[in-house]
Amino acid sequence: MNMGEIRIMPKRGEKIATRDAYGDALVRLGERNPNIVVLDADLAKSTKTIKFKKKFPERFFDLGIAEADMMGTAAGLAAAGKVAFASTFAIFATGRAWEQIRNSICYTNLHVTVAASHAGIAVGPDGSSHQSIEDIALMRVIPNMKVVVPADAVETDKAVAALVETPGPAYLRLGRSGVPVIYEEDYEFALGKASVLRDGSDLTIIAIGAMVHAALSAAQALLQEGISARVVNMSTVKPLDRDAILSAVSETGAIVAAEEHSVIGGLGSAVSEVVCELAPAPVIRVGVRDRFGQSGEPGELMAAYGLTASDIVEAAREAVTKKATAK
Amino acid sequence: MPPDEDTIAVLEARAQDVRRDIVQMLAKAKSGHPGGSLSCADIVVALYFHVMRHDPHRPDWPDRDRFLMSKGHCAPTWYSVLARAGYFPMKWLDDLRKLNSPLQGHPDFLKTPGVEMSSGSLGQGLSIANGMALAARLDGRSYRVYVLLGDGEIQEGQVWEAAMTSAHHKLDNLCAIIDNNGLQIDGRTDEVKSLGSIPAKWESFDWNVIEVDGHSMAALLTAFEAARAVKHRPTVIVARTVKGKGVSFMEHVVDYHGVAPTEQECARALAEMS
Ligand SMILES: Cc1ncc(C[n+]2csc(CCOP(=O)(O)OP(=O)(O)O)c2C)c(N)n1
Ligand SMILES: [Mg+2]
Repeated sequence: MNMGEIRIMPKRGEKIATRDAYGDALVRLGERNPNIVVLDADLAKSTKTIKFKKKFPERFFDLGIAEADMMGTAAGLAAAGKVAFASTFAIFATGRAWEQIRNSICYTNLHVTVAASHAGIAVGPDGSSHQSIEDIALMRVIPNMKVVVPADAVETDKAVAALVETPGPAYLRLGRSGVPVIYEEDYEFALGKASVLRDGSDLTIIAIGAMVHAALSAAQALLQEGISARVVNMSTVKPLDRDAILSAVSETGAIVAAEEHSVIGGLGSAVSEVVCELAPAPVIRVGVRDRFGQSGEPGELMAAYGLTASDIVEAAREAVTKKATAK
Repeated sequence: MPPDEDTIAVLEARAQDVRRDIVQMLAKAKSGHPGGSLSCADIVVALYFHVMRHDPHRPDWPDRDRFLMSKGHCAPTWYSVLARAGYFPMKWLDDLRKLNSPLQGHPDFLKTPGVEMSSGSLGQGLSIANGMALAARLDGRSYRVYVLLGDGEIQEGQVWEAAMTSAHHKLDNLCAIIDNNGLQIDGRTDEVKSLGSIPAKWESFDWNVIEVDGHSMAALLTAFEAARAVKHRPTVIVARTVKGKGVSFMEHVVDYHGVAPTEQECARALAEMS
């Protein structure tokens, strides 16, 4: 563990947890912007806000084990002109304090980023009480809320910077486990813009978070079978990049949506909403199939819950078959 | 310095005007919450017309004192006071709770000048007030933050999370007021879920506690003055009040929590208060 240390240049392929990149980004941006304040609810060592706390103790507030109070305090700070980041585990942020986020932060359209770590099932051995697979659904439904799910350390850094510059509420979904760095330093992140990582013609895999790397591996494997897959990182789940989805439909004709989240209400649902309304085409969802998680090692869990590159490959075959039979 | 009699008389008359506004607004809107709106009228009038530093022409003046209505269902009191203070025209009061009105059923700070924070979901105001008080400290500003809570409202757990936060940070620029009218929706607070000794609870949370008659303008002004002088601790003013205060047939009647007066009742109430 490298608590408190600032990582400067993540290298491609290196495994870094997005929560670590978040902590580093806070310090980097906090240096430039004295208006940034950070709040936590007794999980600063885990969410990595501890890095900011060490550097700027006067701008860091630990609310103790009181998530609802933390959201309200963040709202008050933002109402008085601060740029607030409020962090805890995704399950407690979006579950325990949902209504505070809805009424005190989003209804008021305040500049608060709920930056939640330990999202998804790869939290691992802590088990289901700590594995948030519903958070995207819970956050996406609230008016004014933006939802951002970075795929790696580089994108996390850039997303945090963008959220500092963009007024209004946001949900930033971060993971506990290391994920390979896929972007170069010069990657240009834009809120609301999908990034095409690889072009293809037979289908499009739209992925977020840790599933982006799995999608790239899947695309590589599909090539062996003669299937050409486009890979799109939809890191802003809301507002959704409709154009990227519509071109995926018109240019590739089938979609696989992959997320470390329930298939209900998350990325797959968001993509399906657009496709059903505007350009019907097959969409296959890869995600947790409406069940709770359990203890296990992150890798074991991803496999047990159908969240690996080979699960994406299988879904891709299905999507391509559906597309062919629909013709 | 004790407030002089003229000041008190002016404020009392204002509070009576506000109570009349409340009854008329609710009768027009045909819905809303008279009981708690009437019980807190004296408190909100004391704040806006004597205690707080604010400027209706500059609702976003950074150094203004802030008031938050955590018990958002009592928005009519706030709206009447804000209109009478000059934040917006009195005629806006006619459109309370109407479609596209700037005066929403519960406070909406994006729609109404002078409304510092949206509320309506009970239990959230003190946390927000803490955030503002912390921001004042970070920015080296001297403004004070006032937040009004219902007594039933303090059954919400978040209030106690927030109470710990205020005390932990020794927020002496923050003052909470509890409208202790003894009633909530389903009955008396001691029937629904006893609050025990409210002052003892807050004292045990390391707050400075002041108990007052919430309908005595002189007592309220003295209490706010005393709160301002306390250092290193937040203050809570526990104001003993009468739900429905000023309208004989509404006083102490639990059913007037959330039932608007009819036209006849409105006329009767106005006659009583003239
Ligand atoms: C979180 C939440 N739960 C329930 C309600 C519904 N509600 C509105 S007013 C009220 C009673 C409030 O009683 P109290 O705080 O004593 O206010 P007052 O007597 O001053 O009207 C309730 C339960 C609400 N607005 N918010
Ligand atoms: Mg009450």
